[in-house]
Amino acid sequence: MSRGERLMFSSQRESEISRFRARVLFAVPLAAILFQVYVPLFFEFLAYLELPLLVVVYFALMRRSPVGGLFIGALVGLAQDSLSRNPLGMFGIVKTLVGYFAASVGMRFDVDHPFIRFALGFFFFLFHQFFYWVLARGLLGLPVSFEIQRTLVLGLLNAVVAVSLFHFLDKLKERG
Amino acid sequence: MDTLLNRYRNITVLLLVILAQLVLLAYQVKNNQDVRIIRLWAVTAVTPVARVVEGVRSGVAGLLGNYIFLKDAREQNRRLRQELARVKLENQFLKNELATADRAQALLKFQAQTPSRTLAARVIGIGATANSRVVFVDRGSTAGVQKGMAVITPDGIVGKVLASFPTASEVLLVTDPTFAAGVISQKHHVRGTLKGQGFGSCRVDYVQNEETVEVGEWFYTSGDDRIFPKGTPVGRVTVVRPGPQNKEIYVDPAGLQGGLEEVLIVLDAVHQAVPEAQTASTSVYLAPPPPPDSTAEPALPPGATEADRLREHYREVGEAQGHKFGEGLPGSKPPDFNLKVPPAQERKPAAAAQAPQAPQVPNPAAAAPASRTP
Repeated sequence: MSRGERLMFSSQRESEISRFRARVLFAVPLAAILFQVYVPLFFEFLAYLELPLLVVVYFALMRRSPVGGLFIGALVGLAQDSLSRNPLGMFGIVKTLVGYFAASVGMRFDVDHPFIRFALGFFFFLFHQFFYWVLARGLLGLPVSFEIQRTLVLGLLNAVVAVSLFHFLDKLKERG
Repeated sequence: MDTLLNRYRNITVLLLVILAQLVLLAYQVKNNQDVRIIRLWAVTAVTPVARVVEGVRSGVAGLLGNYIFLKDAREQNRRLRQELARVKLENQFLKNELATADRAQALLKFQAQTPSRTLAARVIGIGATANSRVVFVDRGSTAGVQKGMAVITPDGIVGKVLASFPTASEVLLVTDPTFAAGVISQKHHVRGTLKGQGFGSCRVDYVQNEETVEVGEWFYTSGDDRIFPKGTPVGRVTVVRPGPQNKEIYVDPAGLQGGLEEVLIVLDAVHQAVPEAQTASTSVYLAPPPPPDSTAEPALPPGATEADRLREHYREVGEAQGHKFGEGLPGSKPPDFNLKVPPAQERKPAAAAQAPQAPQVPNPAAAAPASRTP
């Protein structure tokens, strides 16, 4: 089996859908949102962590259901919007798209692989930031700038955190 | 259908969720003019559709309206055309009435001025034959109309009575080929015979090529035909050219110009002098004639010569002495030709009182031949 093939699904077993308890599906995103909202008040540098995004990516990848992923993204995004100064829908739209595409990607790749998780974490962070910038400029007309280098660095940082977070969240899967 | 929905279920749900959040977002966000984005989007999304719908609606309404309007306009146009035609007819009728009144007034005026006794008549019909130029008038024998009477208008001669019926008369127009009348030119007093040609103009025959007739000159009746009273206008010369034997002179009959509706039938003709032709330049100032010189001989009348004066003097001398020239036998006492007779002015009132009346032409119907047409 080549290295490329190992990144893809190699068996039916690997493509099985991961299941989580409902309280996990509710508590983890809520915790991520709360972290995003309150922790930066005390540790400003942690504001660069997009934990809600990473949680959405993880659940979308694990659920391997685009519809489930987009709903998770929408709910997390709207919750994040409701706790921020953003109009409701900004993060909701972006995270909806992230959840959808993440679920779509999770159907094709072995999302248990750390490299895949890193890459997807990095990619979806960039996607999230770029699309948020587009919406902010296009819909709200806000004069925000898209700093590529900073975004890339933060992407790497979030990707590293994503690998660790995903590993932690794997512990919360239902054991079949 | 179910298969299609299942196949695109994910993307459909995605789009719906995105759309719902966009609506939610737009509901909250306001633009720089404090207008919510959702309203802006709604207006932006709805107004083009509304514009299209309104355009279609207005187009359809306009089309229907224009159709109805055009239908109304067509009806209105038809009604206006009818009204215009009616007004035109009414206007023409009024014009005709006015012209008739003018002609009647002119006829009455002419009838009052002319010395001839005339009878007004109205043309009530034309001859049934295409070639003949005859008309019927509403006066007949019961009104005193007789065959051969002249028919005139203030403008000129019209024709003559061809036949008289109790209530109508048949009039032969001057344009009929069988019509003839004696005429004389106004300026050069050239005599000729007016003949109809069957169309608009008439011809004056029997005028020698040596005679002088000018284009534009007027012809008047000469009275020689014993039908038309002398001095009635006939027409203006339009063409004059020398012919093989006689001049070819064409005249536009003045009596038939401008239509023929009312005419005068001459019951009792009175001859008049042919009016003198007017000089070409009437604007030249002419001083009044000098006062008569008592010592000088009385001025000669126009056209008279010394021989005429001498003959008049001899006549006065003869009248004063009761002598009649040509009756005395040879050797009898001649009149005193040196007798001073009073001036003519002193004897004028008496002479005017004894002057004979204007020559009266007897009833032409009685005097004229049955037909003078060639």
